[in-house]
Amino acid sequence: MAAFTPPPLPSDDKRWKIVNGTMRKNGFARHALIETLHTVQSAFGYLDDDSIRFVARSLRVPLSQAYGVVTFYHYFSLKPPGKHTVTVCAGTACYIKGADKLIATAEKRLGISQGQTTSDGEISLMTARCVGACSRAPVVLFDGEVSGEMASEHMLEQLERWTVA
Amino acid sequence: MTIEELEQIAKSVLQENEKYDFEVNVCMDLACMSQGADRLREALAKAAETSGKKILVRRTGCMGPCSSGPLVRVDPEEHLYHHVKAGNADAIVASLGGAPVPDLQCDLNDHFDKQVRVVLENAGHIDPEKIDDYISRDGYKALLTALTEMTPNGVVHRITESGLRGRGGGGYPTGLKWGTVAKAGGDMKYVVCNGDEGDPGAFMDRSVMEGDPHRVIEGMAIAAYAVGASKGFIYVRAEYPVAVSRLTTALRDARRRGLLGNGICNTPFNFDIEIRLGAGAFVCGEETALLASIEGRRGTPRTRPPYPAVSGLWGKPTLLNNVETYANIAPIIRNGGKWFANMGSERSKGTKVFALTGKITNTGLVEVPMGIKLREIIEGIGGGVPGGHTFKAVQTGGPSGGCIPAEMLDLGVSYDALMAVGSIMGSGGMIVMDDTSCMVNVAKFFVEFCKSESCGKCIPCRAGTAQMHTLLTRICDGKGTMEDLDLLVSLCETIKETSLCGLGMTAPNPVLSTLKYFRNEYIEHIVNKRCPAGVCTMEAPVPEAPVEVLA
Repeated sequence: MAAFTPPPLPSDDKRWKIVNGTMRKNGFARHALIETLHTVQSAFGYLDDDSIRFVARSLRVPLSQAYGVVTFYHYFSLKPPGKHTVTVCAGTACYIKGADKLIATAEKRLGISQGQTTSDGEISLMTARCVGACSRAPVVLFDGEVSGEMASEHMLEQLERWTVA
Repeated sequence: MTIEELEQIAKSVLQENEKYDFEVNVCMDLACMSQGADRLREALAKAAETSGKKILVRRTGCMGPCSSGPLVRVDPEEHLYHHVKAGNADAIVASLGGAPVPDLQCDLNDHFDKQVRVVLENAGHIDPEKIDDYISRDGYKALLTALTEMTPNGVVHRITESGLRGRGGGGYPTGLKWGTVAKAGGDMKYVVCNGDEGDPGAFMDRSVMEGDPHRVIEGMAIAAYAVGASKGFIYVRAEYPVAVSRLTTALRDARRRGLLGNGICNTPFNFDIEIRLGAGAFVCGEETALLASIEGRRGTPRTRPPYPAVSGLWGKPTLLNNVETYANIAPIIRNGGKWFANMGSERSKGTKVFALTGKITNTGLVEVPMGIKLREIIEGIGGGVPGGHTFKAVQTGGPSGGCIPAEMLDLGVSYDALMAVGSIMGSGGMIVMDDTSCMVNVAKFFVEFCKSESCGKCIPCRAGTAQMHTLLTRICDGKGTMEDLDLLVSLCETIKETSLCGLGMTAPNPVLSTLKYFRNEYIEHIVNKRCPAGVCTMEAPVPEAPVEVLA
């Protein structure tokens, strides 16, 4: 049986080398699929058709299976994120303390629904299942930075700062 | 590495610490970090440097009462300071050796007095990124004792004797599980740690992984020795980046010290651990789904038997336990099974860590002996409901659990007692609700969660949760009928009895328990079109179409 040769990198973009590194570290084993997709998403911000195809071919996983995994897990995104991301935690403790109102406020201010990005590509509005900072609920993450006991006014202030900058 | 070398390291850490007159411990857990604990630590380090006193400023894991954060504890005096800002650093450093800073001192004796710390014994005392700190507090002693003085069978026996039950929520006897994997044949076995704390409102496992990562590693290594495994996986949620980085550091340090790898402690025992990242799927907390996810597939559960203990990862016998279960192992090996069995209640031994959140004064992480009354946790340790509101219910077990009303606060916390009142122990989330929470709305929230997290493999869960959600939305919008309640109950029973995995089987719990204890609220919504808590708006448009089966 001929030895398996992984496909060439999709482009000169150096980030593909990082992706390839994760696969090599795992010996191009099929079970490295989720690990590799994590690397792609952290390097590129999201997963597009090209990257899923490349990973599937490299790991010899059927494309249908790779796509199935990408769409099964909430953490993977098929859309590029905005320049900034505001994430409202929608876990139970945050919900009890009014996270739904924060989401509604942000949706109204940005004119988008949760999971979307403003048309100028500036701000994405996301919700999280629980970030584990429940003791300071409600929690909002601004570009990944956790802020606790969030009030609508404070969240709006931060959103204004992003819009102006 | 031998026990003597371990003791040598512990001794040198203590000698190093003795060079300092004071220790200033800064809690750097997520909750305190979100309040500026990193700036505070820098300020303290700077103030300590210029003060001329011999001060050790140490970063630690979660100290517990997060609502009072950022927290600083000054040793040896054991003064605890709350709501500390970077601006207070000079005052704290200046006070060392004299009277404590009065404005910052907090009196949380009621909070701490009733707690018993086993799993959290190191939290707030060690730097989670320093393996030597862990070793100085008897770390890895249990592993080396097990390897050099105990047989694998002896380890299983000691765990069985302790009466420890799985802390992930199911409460399966840990010793029995270990014994099954140990007896399973085959040359390759795996040990897996479930750190996929998907239950929203719970963060015990995150705090343990972030605040004391070596404790989890040591527990896994002991487990591997007991069952004859050579490879381990820790499955952590991708939403916990700090836990991932702390565990990565801890694994690297443990390998460097020869506590992981080949021929550990000059014995033939080989063991190493890899981290696997979750990707945001609640169902992956279910054991067969978690194993599928580690294998790089969609996290859908399968029918059992065969149980993972017989056929798990890649068809090999696999031991799967939760973070907190592994965190209990080292103290049991060190202190004996009887010591552990002496704590707790008749059939639930030891302690349990709870994440106390919601409408309660002292939110945070608490560890209590099993059997303690809910009232003591909520009114004593938690400080009760703030703002003049009245307590309505406490929710345990997350989306799989139930809501327990005020009349039942004298219930002792144990697996069986919680099950008997229609809730579950779960992984340890405890969310307190007051008179401003609508119980119908809460039930709807959980069902919405289960609906979106259902993997879709079996029909009762996939279609049933969607139908429950439709009915609950109708009731919340003031469009429900009394017949809907009957339909809801019969639907719940069907989902409970026919779902494939734990997610579906327990998804109706929040509905059934609120229907049992707060039926009046449902009736108020249906008959008087009124939400007693003022949460539901009663005007959202709802399609009039009858409930269709979506299967």
